[in-house]
Amino acid sequence: MSASHTPPHAHDAHHHGGHHHDAGPHSTLSGYMVGFVLSVILTAIPFWLVMGKVIADKGTLALVLGAFAVAQVLVHMVCFLHMNGKVEGGWTLLSTLFTVVFVAVGIAGTLWVMFHMNANMMPTHAPGHAHTPAAEQRAP
Amino acid sequence: MSDTHALTTRAYHLAHEPHPENGTALGFWLYLMSDCLIFAALFATYGVLGRSYAGGPTGAELFDLPLVALNTAFLLLSSITFGFAMLQKQQNKVGGTLAWLAITGLFGLCFLGLELYEFHHLIHQGAGPQRSAFLSAFFTLVATHGLHVTFGLVWLVVLMVQIARHGLIHENQRRLMCLSMFWHFLDVVWIGVFTFVYLMGVL
Amino acid sequence: MTEHTPAAAPHWLLGRITWDSIPMAHEPIVLYTFLATMLGGLAVVAALARFRLWGPLWKDWICSIDHKRIGIMYMVLGLVMFLRGFADAVMMRLQQSMAFGESMGYLPPHHYDQIFTAHGVIMIFFVAMPFVTGLMNYLVPLQIGARDVSFPFLNNFSFWMTAGGAVLVMLSLFLGEFSTAGWLALSNLGAQNPGVGLDYYIWGLQVAGVGTTLSGINLIVTIVKMRAPGMSLMKMPVFTWTALCTNALIVASFPVLTAALVLMSLDRYVGTNFFTNDLGGNAMLYVNLIWIWGHPEVYILVLPCFGIFSEVVATFSRKRLFGYTSMVYATVCITVLSYLVWLHHFFTMGSGATVNTFFGITTMIISIPTGAKIFNWLFTMYKGRIRFTVPMLWTVGFMCTFAIGGMTGVLLAVPPADFVLHNSLFLIAHFHNVIIGGVVFAVFAGINYWYPKAFGYRLDEFWGKCSFWFWLVGFWVAFTPLYILGLMGVTRRVSHFEDASLQIWFVIAAFGAALIALGIASFFIQLFVSYRRRDALRDVTGDPWDGRTLEWATSSPPPQYNFAFTPVAHEIDAWWDMKKHGYQRPLAGFQPIHMPANTGAGIVIAGLSTVFGFAMIWHMWPLAAASFAATVLASIIHTFNYQRDYHIPAAEVAATEAARTQQLAAAHV
Repeated sequence: MSASHTPPHAHDAHHHGGHHHDAGPHSTLSGYMVGFVLSVILTAIPFWLVMGKVIADKGTLALVLGAFAVAQVLVHMVCFLHMNGKVEGGWTLLSTLFTVVFVAVGIAGTLWVMFHMNANMMPTHAPGHAHTPAAEQRAP
Repeated sequence: MSDTHALTTRAYHLAHEPHPENGTALGFWLYLMSDCLIFAALFATYGVLGRSYAGGPTGAELFDLPLVALNTAFLLLSSITFGFAMLQKQQNKVGGTLAWLAITGLFGLCFLGLELYEFHHLIHQGAGPQRSAFLSAFFTLVATHGLHVTFGLVWLVVLMVQIARHGLIHENQRRLMCLSMFWHFLDVVWIGVFTFVYLMGVL
Repeated sequence: MTEHTPAAAPHWLLGRITWDSIPMAHEPIVLYTFLATMLGGLAVVAALARFRLWGPLWKDWICSIDHKRIGIMYMVLGLVMFLRGFADAVMMRLQQSMAFGESMGYLPPHHYDQIFTAHGVIMIFFVAMPFVTGLMNYLVPLQIGARDVSFPFLNNFSFWMTAGGAVLVMLSLFLGEFSTAGWLALSNLGAQNPGVGLDYYIWGLQVAGVGTTLSGINLIVTIVKMRAPGMSLMKMPVFTWTALCTNALIVASFPVLTAALVLMSLDRYVGTNFFTNDLGGNAMLYVNLIWIWGHPEVYILVLPCFGIFSEVVATFSRKRLFGYTSMVYATVCITVLSYLVWLHHFFTMGSGATVNTFFGITTMIISIPTGAKIFNWLFTMYKGRIRFTVPMLWTVGFMCTFAIGGMTGVLLAVPPADFVLHNSLFLIAHFHNVIIGGVVFAVFAGINYWYPKAFGYRLDEFWGKCSFWFWLVGFWVAFTPLYILGLMGVTRRVSHFEDASLQIWFVIAAFGAALIALGIASFFIQLFVSYRRRDALRDVTGDPWDGRTLEWATSSPPPQYNFAFTPVAHEIDAWWDMKKHGYQRPLAGFQPIHMPANTGAGIVIAGLSTVFGFAMIWHMWPLAAASFAATVLASIIHTFNYQRDYHIPAAEVAATEAARTQQLAAAHV
């Protein structure tokens, strides 16, 4: 049975260009201001923590700094990059999640692998310690 | 052997030819994700080599945190001014868009200038990228970010010329969208840089 | 003893090129190769001029942004480079069958090292990748009912970047030398090998890598955005699913290769200390980074091949693919898992038992979804009405061959076993087993399957079967001895042996290589004979195999616009569904079709990038700066071109479709 149908609409590529598709996510002044203020705060505090030597324990300090970085990245993603599950049918969010996973695996994996390798393969160097100039001179 | 009785009359073409959605925004986002992975490899390298001072200067001895704070401020301000440019674009104001883009460019130039000054100072002190693996990793990571900012500025200027010429047509709006994503993405990477390289580097 | 001259002061314009950079003066093999290439090249150029083909070549092919033309160009590139890569293989087999005890063979070690390096680099980057990319480029838009990819200009540019990388690698034959560091440059890092060879390698890969990454982005967006109405993700053909996952892997992994090569370049050009032995460098970090890329790379090669086999098996069993959903999930699982196994390439580098165990387990786990796929193909064949056409033969050959290769992989995944077998000939046999059995067999299956679609006539069955049998038997004869030698402890990348008792195995392997050579010859004969007999082999319906997916709905070859009216998909195997429901092509109501325009900007920008690579290799700094600036400038100028499309008039569409209607009517006699 032939598919008899009315001829498809001739469409003008320019006006039909999908204004609603191309405009992208809508930016608002409040969105940017909130993002900006949060970013300033989330930047100032880490700088203060380090320059003011506020937290004594380096491990804790590192974790806190990392947490602030993650928080600010999220602020940027949401407020400036308009990241949400609806933009582009959710594909930007999906690809971002994929990337985050691969980045985490790549960095964590590299650190884990190399740390163990250094520990096993370079026994004269104590793993994880900053080398002092004196120790460097003693190393063969 | 096909079913001779048509099951249901299925329509295999639409009455109106569908227009495929434009893929530029998603495509550019995917490019940014690939860029993320380049930076991830550089961060991983810095993570492994970041304490290999080879008897040379350490982060604590070298990094000038107030300078870094100032640079961070430049970049953050440039992000917000780009945002203002996008708001102007939404209202179809060519003049306003170009003005805020120019200010963004200026902040970007300040960022680069300060960074080049920092590099020059370090090299002058004998703490260039050849001195140790730590410094190689530091310079490469920070300079790669700086190179991206440079490309962004070149793109910014070209786009400003194109907007001045053709106005805020569809294609230019798409390009602005992409540059906006690029610019904010660079700020995201800088968060990683100032946290993991500079702040943690002085610990 | 290397051929390097003592380092002369570099020339301000010509960098480190000297007369000694031309190896032909002292290497007869290279001289003959050069002469043959020059003569062959001149013959091609003369023929093009004689038949006045330069104009059409430039206009219709070089500048083409049509995914079908670009796909064909990728395949041609792959075939040409395949001959070079195979020549390298034959040279190695010959050398290794001769060089025992007193006899040193005919290849000095330095030359042999370049050959095994070139063989690997060319086969992976300039044969397998182009083949796989070419097939995906050709088929994905057709399978999803689209008219082209999302970014047609980028597609053209990506191809020319890949070709540019190939040019740089081939140039190393005649100017300077190639790398001797293996296909991944694991040794001879940075300052330890300052010759041009490693630089040819680096820049060839960097130029080609840009093309590949952009191509990855292009195909993902195409699949996400340009599917026909009604074609949800779970109704896409399986080949398109594998293409989606492959390109996701490309975008996720190639940047790491780029970064690793940049770091190595910095060590070489700037004197940084990433991979040096002193000043804090860590050569093992390079190994780690490169394999983070390297393992996803092999899945990039093989996943589309699994897709090809899925299509072929379903068509020639006249049955819908068994377990579509599990196929999709298996593909996605493999995609994600492939990112978690990279350390199995360097178990022996010393990360210790805990790390090795983790990666050994993940490596074994990744074989499970692959196994699920094999079962699905077998269940598809079960109670199907099987036709053993040439593509189906390749598929069955793959199932037997790849399964065994996969099993040797699982064996190698056990760290204690790997400690014995790492970098032995067992490893070589394993990866050739999976790459030849998986990728090469798939490419031949795909070529035989889709050739009629692309060119309008089928390939000759007899020569196709010859090619298959020579390849299948030849592969096993060539590589079984290598498994045996590997188990006996023989190491890879060795050009001379003391133990003459090994020789018999190498001779058998050389014989296997000869059989493979016959297989390749049969393939080229097949192409030639099919062309001669093309009228008898003509495909007039566009659907010579009674196919199931949308590419078979078009004419052979498809018109430039692919589909006069975008099809609507209702089920998996959309074309099969259309045939079942008595679909009739619309014969009227054609509209103008919006198409992207051809452009020369792609080859220009890619060409300038290649010149930049060349200049960097030879330390020709002024040329490097100029070509870099020119590349950026050309790109900027290209962005000022806003008129990149046109419309095919409705009358032209109507005429094309009418011609097809006539052709179909004649066929239905």
